[in-house]
Amino acid sequence: MPKRLDILVCSGAACISNDSTTIKNKLQAVLKEHNLEDEVAIVETGCMGPCELGPVMLVYPDGVFYIRLKEGDVEEIVKEHVIKGRPVKRLQWTTPEARKIVEEKKQIPFFEKQLKIVLSNCGKIDPENIEEYIAVGGYEALAKVLTEMTPEQVIDEMIKSGLRGRGGAGFPTGLKWKATREAPGDEKFVVCNGDEGDPGAFMDRAILEGDPHSVIEGMAIAAYAIGAKQGYVYVRAEYPLAIKRLEKAIQQARKYGLLGNNIFETSFSFDIEIRIGAGAFVCGEETALIASIEGKRGQPRPKPPFPAQKGLWGKPTLINNVETFANVRHIILNGSSWFASIGTENSKGTKVFALSGKVNNTGLVEVPMGVTIRELVFDIGGGIPNGKKFKAVQIGGPSGGCVPAEYLDTPIDYESLKKLGTIMGSGGVIVLDEDTCMVNLAKFFLDFTVDESCGQCVPCRIGLKHLYDILDRITKGKGKMEDLETLEKLGEEIKRTSLCGLGQSAPNPVLSTLRYFRDEYIEHIRDKKCRAGVCQFEEAKEEEVSLEKKLKGII
Amino acid sequence: MTREEILNKYGKSKDNLLYILHDIQDNNPQHYLTDEDLKAVAKWLNLPYSYVHGVATFYSMFSLKPRGRYIIRVCESPTCHLMGSSDVIIELAKTLGVGIGETTKDGLFTLELTSCIGVCGVAPAMMINEEVFGNLTPERVRQIIEEKRRESK
Repeated sequence: MPKRLDILVCSGAACISNDSTTIKNKLQAVLKEHNLEDEVAIVETGCMGPCELGPVMLVYPDGVFYIRLKEGDVEEIVKEHVIKGRPVKRLQWTTPEARKIVEEKKQIPFFEKQLKIVLSNCGKIDPENIEEYIAVGGYEALAKVLTEMTPEQVIDEMIKSGLRGRGGAGFPTGLKWKATREAPGDEKFVVCNGDEGDPGAFMDRAILEGDPHSVIEGMAIAAYAIGAKQGYVYVRAEYPLAIKRLEKAIQQARKYGLLGNNIFETSFSFDIEIRIGAGAFVCGEETALIASIEGKRGQPRPKPPFPAQKGLWGKPTLINNVETFANVRHIILNGSSWFASIGTENSKGTKVFALSGKVNNTGLVEVPMGVTIRELVFDIGGGIPNGKKFKAVQIGGPSGGCVPAEYLDTPIDYESLKKLGTIMGSGGVIVLDEDTCMVNLAKFFLDFTVDESCGQCVPCRIGLKHLYDILDRITKGKGKMEDLETLEKLGEEIKRTSLCGLGQSAPNPVLSTLRYFRDEYIEHIRDKKCRAGVCQFEEAKEEEVSLEKKLKGII
Repeated sequence: MTREEILNKYGKSKDNLLYILHDIQDNNPQHYLTDEDLKAVAKWLNLPYSYVHGVATFYSMFSLKPRGRYIIRVCESPTCHLMGSSDVIIELAKTLGVGIGETTKDGLFTLELTSCIGVCGVAPAMMINEEVFGNLTPERVRQIIEEKRRESK
């Protein structure tokens, strides 16, 4: 029975870390106290987006959006809003520039500029209830594919849509499907890459936590298209909530006959198993991921053969990223031309970005391809906090690079970002202000990739360590001018000769900061000066190094 | 659950290796894998001991030495770094009196660093076992440790 009010409580990992569970429990208790349980429904949803403002809550039908809730606020919301119909203004979103309360969620600038396709259900439905997903059109695309389309037609739609892989490299999804379908072999597999390791990226976590069925449906459609019966989702162990919700979703889908034998009474059978990582960044690389699913050390191997030819257990395997699979049902339901009408010429559809760092509205946003970096950071992100100056955005994590202020009006698409020396990556956008030292940041990324290198190939294992050591010297005021040339030469060489994507892209943070912030490197070397005040140049005797310094050395 | 019970849950297929290692480690109150564990798993899956040892040491979440009841994993991703994770780590080290990778004498806490845990919107962040904590400050960290100490009694 429909209720008078629906109160949606965000239960994404970020809001839970801000105690949204206490808010929900309190709400339940207060509603019970006032005998309102039959009139008001509480729905625990996936991530609503603005993580910085959590815990957040959305009240329908009025669309009132409450932020930064405390346990003590719940009583007031029930008494004022639920009983008397008067929204509690002090808890609503106020835009910083206008100091104005925004009455309705859709008018909030953070949401206004977004186009939610992949995230359309995140923050709207209860991810642990399959019926809510079905109620918003879930599994319709799978039904359509199984009953009205041939596998070739499905692949054709995917190619025409122009969808490209959302995991980083941007390979055309339809072509990957086609190659896997055409590869000889009776047994084929579909694998979903949920090993979201890029620091600063958390869209896959949010999709798995907030709308797991959309991934299952996308995988089932892909399985039908390429001729697979078995799928695997590889999720990193750092995401226990995503694993739990996905497990539940798979069980429910089985119960409803949407996974298993003869789905929709057709001859198509498909099932999914989860595989859990154990803390290795390199497993996001597809051949390493395959090795890890097989129960081996997650080490990449040379390509070709590509997984489409020889993947899991040597069989043709389709590997797509979580966000890529989540796009599939929308393309099938709305048609490839609809999808292709969104975005730019070579980058179609939307992209989910994770905004973090020195920006007012951190969180998860989805925009059409082609919006500018400025729109993303300033219009949606609300600009830089504390009156500080914008310095750069770091896009694409440890495989990407920094984009400085003069390129703020660059449209975000695969090609434009590549021209600037960075990559789309999985969509992590870290905003940097004037207090960030670019040399230190590059060193920080290198520290990460040195740590995560699997150690198989020499350029990555030794080359990156060498790059790191040079950067370390520079940040301690012991650099030489010729180091800059060495960094560039060595960086290019590592990119050219490494075995897998990790090594091939790991020098990017160094090369891109050298390209745009060379003067900062020179200041460190020549003037022993760090304009951001991050690097410490004074020499300390070994025995005098305090705990803090010692730890800072490790960090 | 005993090791044998865990092994019996899984088929003898090699691809169950990571699952089995996770399961055994999670069921050990000290959150680690003993040498006997590795040998038993190798025997169960009919794999060389060196293979199992190689896998267990490749992945950073497996530990071959005893750890605390609460494993604190502070995120060391760039976003958390920018937002002040080093202050958090220093505070934890001071409060607990241990360095990174070490366990407190009472066997309660192990301090570790982790790569991104995907809650960059509320950086700096950390996990204690499976629970995520965000928007950390040194003060908040002290509170959390106090809460956990109380909880453990």
